[in-house]
Amino acid sequence: MTRVLIMLAMLLGFSPAAQAQDLQNLLQTHAEEVASPGRRTVGVVLDDLAGSGIPQVATFLEQWQEKNVWQGPEGLFFIATEDGDTLSLTDIDNGTQSSAPAVGFTQLKPNGGVRRVIGTALVQFQLMDPDLTRRTTAVASIARRPEASQLAPLLGSIEGESDAALKARKIQLANFLSASFADDPADRISAITSLSTDVSVEARAVLNQILTTSTGVAAQLPSDANIAHVLTPGAEISLDAAYALLIDDGLATPITTAEEIKSALAANIVDGRVGDVPVVQLNTTDNRARAYAQLAQAGTVPALVTATNRDATLAGYVFFETYDEDNATITTAAKTALASVETRVAVGQAADLTLDALSLASIYFLAAIGLAITFGVMGVINMAHGEFIMMGAYTGYVVQLFVPSYTASIIIALPLAFAVTFGAGVAMERLVIRHLYHRPLETLLATFGISIALQQLAKNIFGTQARPLTSPAWLDGALVFNDVVQISYIRIAIFVLAVIFLFLILFVLKRTRLGLEVRAVTQNPGMAASMGINPDRINMLTFGLGSGIAGIAGVAIGLYAKVTSEMGADYIVQSFMTVVVGGVGNVWGTLAGASLIGFLQKGIEWLNPSNTLAAQTYMILFIILFIQFRPKGIVALKGRAAAD
Amino acid sequence: MTNSFLMRNPSTLWFLLGLSLFTIVVTALSDAGVGVMSTSFVKTLGKTLCLCLIAVAMDVVWGYCGILSLGHFAFFGIGGYAVGMWLMYARTEGIVLDSFASQTIPPTPQEVTDAIGNQIFGVVGSSEFPMIWAFSDSLILQLLLVVLVPGVLALLFGWLAFRSRVTGVYLSILTQAMTLALALYLFQNDSGLRGNNGLSGLQNIPGFEDTPQSTISLAFFYASALAVGLGYVLFAWITSGKMGSVIKAIRDNESRVRFLGYHVESYKLFVFTITAVVAAIAGALYYPQAGIINPAEIAPIASIYLAVWVAIGGRGRLYGAVIGAAFVSLLSSWFTGGGAPAIPLGFYTIQWTDWWLVLLGLSFVAVTLYAPKGIGGLFDYLVRKPS
Repeated sequence: MTRVLIMLAMLLGFSPAAQAQDLQNLLQTHAEEVASPGRRTVGVVLDDLAGSGIPQVATFLEQWQEKNVWQGPEGLFFIATEDGDTLSLTDIDNGTQSSAPAVGFTQLKPNGGVRRVIGTALVQFQLMDPDLTRRTTAVASIARRPEASQLAPLLGSIEGESDAALKARKIQLANFLSASFADDPADRISAITSLSTDVSVEARAVLNQILTTSTGVAAQLPSDANIAHVLTPGAEISLDAAYALLIDDGLATPITTAEEIKSALAANIVDGRVGDVPVVQLNTTDNRARAYAQLAQAGTVPALVTATNRDATLAGYVFFETYDEDNATITTAAKTALASVETRVAVGQAADLTLDALSLASIYFLAAIGLAITFGVMGVINMAHGEFIMMGAYTGYVVQLFVPSYTASIIIALPLAFAVTFGAGVAMERLVIRHLYHRPLETLLATFGISIALQQLAKNIFGTQARPLTSPAWLDGALVFNDVVQISYIRIAIFVLAVIFLFLILFVLKRTRLGLEVRAVTQNPGMAASMGINPDRINMLTFGLGSGIAGIAGVAIGLYAKVTSEMGADYIVQSFMTVVVGGVGNVWGTLAGASLIGFLQKGIEWLNPSNTLAAQTYMILFIILFIQFRPKGIVALKGRAAAD
Repeated sequence: MTNSFLMRNPSTLWFLLGLSLFTIVVTALSDAGVGVMSTSFVKTLGKTLCLCLIAVAMDVVWGYCGILSLGHFAFFGIGGYAVGMWLMYARTEGIVLDSFASQTIPPTPQEVTDAIGNQIFGVVGSSEFPMIWAFSDSLILQLLLVVLVPGVLALLFGWLAFRSRVTGVYLSILTQAMTLALALYLFQNDSGLRGNNGLSGLQNIPGFEDTPQSTISLAFFYASALAVGLGYVLFAWITSGKMGSVIKAIRDNESRVRFLGYHVESYKLFVFTITAVVAAIAGALYYPQAGIINPAEIAPIASIYLAVWVAIGGRGRLYGAVIGAAFVSLLSSWFTGGGAPAIPLGFYTIQWTDWWLVLLGLSFVAVTLYAPKGIGGLFDYLVRKPS
């Protein structure tokens, strides 16, 4: 790497001979080309200008590109602005101002193609520009369209770069360029080797670019080409694709298709027969082939080419892929580097998948944690739990209609959603569930009735289209570790929220008076009542708490997905699964269940990336089987608490 | 035997009598009689009869045996899919053969199969016949599948669930998960059953292209009525006598029945499986009348509606299930079809298409809370006034 730098610094070094010259003289040697440049031919001029080291070249090129250069009657070039009939001229070397009548001057109007070439040449000057923005733009433009010619100026500009971030970027980019374009293979190999620790998409693109191959076919394997691998027809390359290569090279004729046979036969029916085969018998492939063969023998149609012919032809040739890069040492180095990069990428992807799974698990956990209280602790099956989630999300949406600041609206929405769903939960407990404590199956049905009523009510009020719940600006974007591993802030926020709730609920259940009473009532209502606890009140509060948490979960889920009247229904089965798999009556169990389901779903999606529906199907099947083997869930209650 | 059984169960006799009367009245009113009843209404009645049949099955498994299965509509759907595959295949085959008839060269069998595959699976971007369509060219085999697939599935699922003593709400959730898994699976385009397009054009019966729909609908109506009658007698027979007592005892106290020496799991498995098979038969009769089946039909919500019908009709009595299914589904189509008049409140007009589900949900809560015996309970009260 250092070697490359030194070499290029030398290359760029100002030679004394060039310095003696001035720009006008230099331009005059190319006067004709400068006056009417062509896209292909202007390169010579630009190379000379760039090599001259004259400081005014950058300004001149910019003005030339902007069509502000005029040629005077004596053939001299000026930077000029038109002002009616007169031109205000600026000398291109020393900047002396003057003015002259426009007569006799001609404006240089390079066409679009030329201006682009000039732009590329300008990049090397912009790389050293004192303005940081222009330097950044120049670097970005190199990254967009890397070319061999940019390597030298880029390397030259690294030394003097004052901005640390841009310098790092320049070094990285220079490395990419030298991997692809450096003259000395040793330089390229050392640059390529240094890429083996870089997992960025760009680095992988550079390596893949070096390793591009083209498929070839020949009678014998060519000895001079840089062969990537030999392709066996039927294995690495399909028979048809291999045959298509031969057809493209004019080495074979295409297989006669069934369609072609059919139309040939139809065109040659004589007296209800084709050859000696009656038309009615042409309903099998064999008979058609026989009839066609007779036609071919008579010379009316081209000879039949079958799959057998194809295979025989294919046997006579060898198929291979050659690297577009001729130097085998370079491709080997690139292959090694790419393999090492891919290993790192795989590790990164595993990390990314873990993060994804973690965030999915926290969403399931949030959706299910309220249920863990109402269903898990109290044993009440609440099919309207999903609708409480929906209510919370719509509460957030309504708050955002009135409060324009997204940050403030979320801060208001969270407690408000809790209050709304707490109220709804308490009302539902008082009006319906209280009467059904000893009929669990009927609780299921009654709460289901409430669920369809609430869903339809939401549809009537808010309409069927999805409503947005916009997250504050500081939750936009993602935490980027590198090009492979990243996680959006909103998912981190949901994860944090899930952790907060886990500890909050553990605290409430294990460390507060209310929690003590809740546990007492769920274990033995009669005994609890005789100890002075009011079971009615406790049941009401517990149910309200579980519902309220569903409301808060609704706000969080609404930020991450769209708010619709059906959003609750999407989560309800998964939520019950989470609680059942985790183990009823235990918050840690819910955590375990959510983690298992989240990781499982992401894992299956990774195995079968095209199909999230299939992932859900397999996951549910897995859960059904899982419950066979651990009917009490992952964290099973033991002892007296387990009896029911 | 049957005779004496019917004699001992007068309610079954009354039901069969009512059903026959209903069939005769419908025939008289339809195009075959005076013609005041539209073909589409005959179809609606035929479909309602199929729903009554699955409701009776649901009543046996829930009202008698105490297993709240939220998966019986999945079996209904499987039955529909199984018969739909043949209907679709045979009809497409007819169309394809017609189109080949105009060509000079007769088609090879491979060409015919390819063309049918293209027609059927073109919408999901495929033309290959998936494995599960292997028997679709044979009506008899597909009809066998109507019974076999749900039967085996229910047997397997029930065996796994009952063996590990999954009961009560857990079993309900598990059956719901099974339904959801099936629906999600069918929603995929590569499930081999045309993804969310489902199977369509099922109202055209191959071989009867020239028969008017009014005749076909009446034929299906008779078939549905016959199926309901036979299903009713079958379930009345199962739930009466000694076996019926055991089944009801399982509902009331499973442990006690087990301690008495009965093999509870076998009874539950038997009830679960036979009701699944009857549900599938109901589905196989329903979908040719509906004309189209898609995965949305077997979403978990459908099975819950089934429970709603049975609960409103009255659990634990077979005629209750029939009443509930007929009443709620007809009422539902009346409300959602815009049949019910809108109620203007001055500031707001109640459109029943929007508010019907709210009403249904709330009335369902009311029935659960205040009338756990449902409409059938009311019927009981009127017929046999407690002395």
